[in-house]
Amino acid sequence: MRTDQTRMRVLLAALAALALTLALAACGSSGDSTTSGSTESGSGAGTIQSNPDNGKVSLTIGSKNFPEQEILGEIYAQALAAAGYKVKSALNLGSETVALKAVKTGQISGYPEYASTALTSFFGLEPEEVPAEATEAWEKANEEFEKEGLQAFEPTPFASANAVGTTKETAEKYDLKTVSDLEGVSEELSLYGSPECPQRIDCKAGLEELYGLKFKSFTPVDIGLRYTVLEKGEADLSILFTTDPQLSAESDKFVILEDDKEVFPAGNIIFVTEKKVAEEAGPDYEETILKVQEGLDLKVMQELDARVELEKETPKAAAKAYLESAGYIG
Amino acid sequence: MASPLLLAAAGQVGGDFFKERESGTLPCQADESHLFCFDWAKENIDRYGTPTQQHLEIVLLSVVIGFAIAFALALFAHRSRWAQPPLLAATGVLYTIPSIAFFFLLLPVTGFGRDTAVIVLAAYTLQIIYRNTILGLANVPDSVKDAARGMGLTNRQILWKVELPLAIPEIIAGLRVAVVSTIAIATLVVFINAGGLGTQMYGSGNLTFPTSIIIAAAIVMAMALAFDLVLLTAQRLATPWRRVRPA
Amino acid sequence: MSTFPLASFGGAIEFIFTPQESNVTGGNKVGGFDKSLELVLKHLEVTALALAIAVIVALPLGLYLGHKGRGELFAVGFGNAGRAIPELAVIALVAVLIGVGLKTVAPALAILGIAPILVNTYVGVRQVDPAAVEAARGMGMSELAIIRKVELPLAVPTVMGGIRSAAIVILATATIAPLAGVESLGDFILNRNVYGENGLLAGAILVALLAMTIEGSLALLQRRLTSDGLKVKTA
Repeated sequence: MRTDQTRMRVLLAALAALALTLALAACGSSGDSTTSGSTESGSGAGTIQSNPDNGKVSLTIGSKNFPEQEILGEIYAQALAAAGYKVKSALNLGSETVALKAVKTGQISGYPEYASTALTSFFGLEPEEVPAEATEAWEKANEEFEKEGLQAFEPTPFASANAVGTTKETAEKYDLKTVSDLEGVSEELSLYGSPECPQRIDCKAGLEELYGLKFKSFTPVDIGLRYTVLEKGEADLSILFTTDPQLSAESDKFVILEDDKEVFPAGNIIFVTEKKVAEEAGPDYEETILKVQEGLDLKVMQELDARVELEKETPKAAAKAYLESAGYIG
Repeated sequence: MASPLLLAAAGQVGGDFFKERESGTLPCQADESHLFCFDWAKENIDRYGTPTQQHLEIVLLSVVIGFAIAFALALFAHRSRWAQPPLLAATGVLYTIPSIAFFFLLLPVTGFGRDTAVIVLAAYTLQIIYRNTILGLANVPDSVKDAARGMGLTNRQILWKVELPLAIPEIIAGLRVAVVSTIAIATLVVFINAGGLGTQMYGSGNLTFPTSIIIAAAIVMAMALAFDLVLLTAQRLATPWRRVRPA
Repeated sequence: MSTFPLASFGGAIEFIFTPQESNVTGGNKVGGFDKSLELVLKHLEVTALALAIAVIVALPLGLYLGHKGRGELFAVGFGNAGRAIPELAVIALVAVLIGVGLKTVAPALAILGIAPILVNTYVGVRQVDPAAVEAARGMGMSELAIIRKVELPLAVPTVMGGIRSAAIVILATATIAPLAGVESLGDFILNRNVYGENGLLAGAILVALLAMTIEGSLALLQRRLTSDGLKVKTA
């Protein structure tokens, strides 16, 4: 049975814990999902100017469920907020089909999509039909989007693609440099990828149909674990992204196989939105988005990815750093 | 190999934007095998503020609503005995359905976000609070009630002045379990975009970042401990006349 | 809050029984009875495995501590603490620190189940009438026999209550096991892009049904194991 003294001590400890929790809660600003618009007009020609007309428009910016997407979503969201819109973010929605549905049902105003994913996943193109040139790919995607009342804005400078990755040891053991080198070897190897991978032509379906490869096993894992499974030795092969920071920061551990049959087309980011949303939001909507993505070349995107995936910065902080460094926000 | 599709980039970021990163040397937080990165934790502790606040809000809302409903149901069933088995069964079913499944069952009705989270979490607390309230009320000795009736108290007065005070230990015991469970389960509301501390365990690279998972889990458990002990103290303060039975 | 695409319950039921067109082009059909059954079995597999581990670890420990009357603070405190452990953290930590797959996830889930079994076993044994224990000792029974033949049978309702609690929490957490590479009904729920909204609802329905079935079965088992003398009408 506790003595009164112990009881007091326990009560004090409990109050301390409670106080700590409340203090932590008080630390955070309320309403994390709302980005407040800044009305300062900074110096520099590139700075986004806040337009009071935009204040009547509410936008929700979405993104898919991996860090690069969340960074992009944050960049667009913060930029539009700086332009005076009322912006909410709904990042981490899921994969491309979920995100597209969210646009079509009005749950979000728009989200950043890769032109190659749009063409192969939404519109059923074969990888070889995906134009290699960024503007062409965008135009083709836009054509298809318009049939559904949607619109895609022009592309970012950088592009990203899926890639088959493995550890340096495995690559050396089986002498793997290109994906085709997997022929005859892949039956002994396990493949790990996102849950939608088996159905996508720029993922396992393409490896099976276009490279003619069969794997010992396929295990679906969350995209966030794509390097963990390689490191832990559970996966022989894993589906990675060409913009991943781990590829340069840990280049002694991981390597990607060259896509010699061009089954994994690279895609630039095009912002997908509904036509009527764009019309209601006014010209600043498209202009701001196009303006703020001008600085997103491959090096910059990789830097941002590194900050979030390696240094564990929040996408919000990384996006803010980019916007400030490039002078888009004051 | 598909050529990197580089358009003429404006290259607008400042030169100091790019950090020095040597291959092979990773900061503590990038290395998955590092269990806990103290320096990173010290610098980034404020990112847990908003999720903690969201978490608290959802928990408090759910428990208050759940308690109100369960308490009312228990008072009703205390008088109308026939209602007890069906109510117990109904609250039991709500408790058995795993919360994740429950969140998504409600999606077509209430969609993503906090509403769904609160509804499910409140439903989860119903069984324990209802059952403990009924039990607490039932455990009041008949002799006490007879004595009260003998003193001329009405049924309603007996309920509020005699039965309920004596039932407090049981009720609060149930409330404690409900609160602790809700605090833990509320981490799952990240899956329906309702925020909370689960956001620091899943998504945006957290899945491979033990430090963040551990910090968030520690906050959850500290919160649970704090509420548990505060309620325990309340329980003891509210019943000075008797030694408290263990929960 | 804009409308979520309404998936009908009818659509979910259909999903369980007949393969559907996938949301993702490629035209592969997903869902259907075979897949649903496969995932139900996988879900059961990891649940059963984890529950078994939890019982093997916690039951003897609880019996011993309860019999000796030692470690009340430990057992009860552990039980309270166990309720506060966030399941998502357990799964996530296991995935990144130890590895993905059944062999790591099952023990992790077992941890969640150990607390309720330990507490309830301890309390159940403590609540056994000391007179019965004394009588058995007087008859010359060994300590082990006392535990087996006197304390455990008398503690069955409480012990089973702990096992049922453990089963519920393990089954619930198995729903997010796909995050750590273990397939379960959670796949339908978490991978909306593959299985669609119908799959999502179907997964939720199946999990709920599975949970109620397991709970009901364990309740029946409890009734079978409870000796008649103990069968009181519990509230």
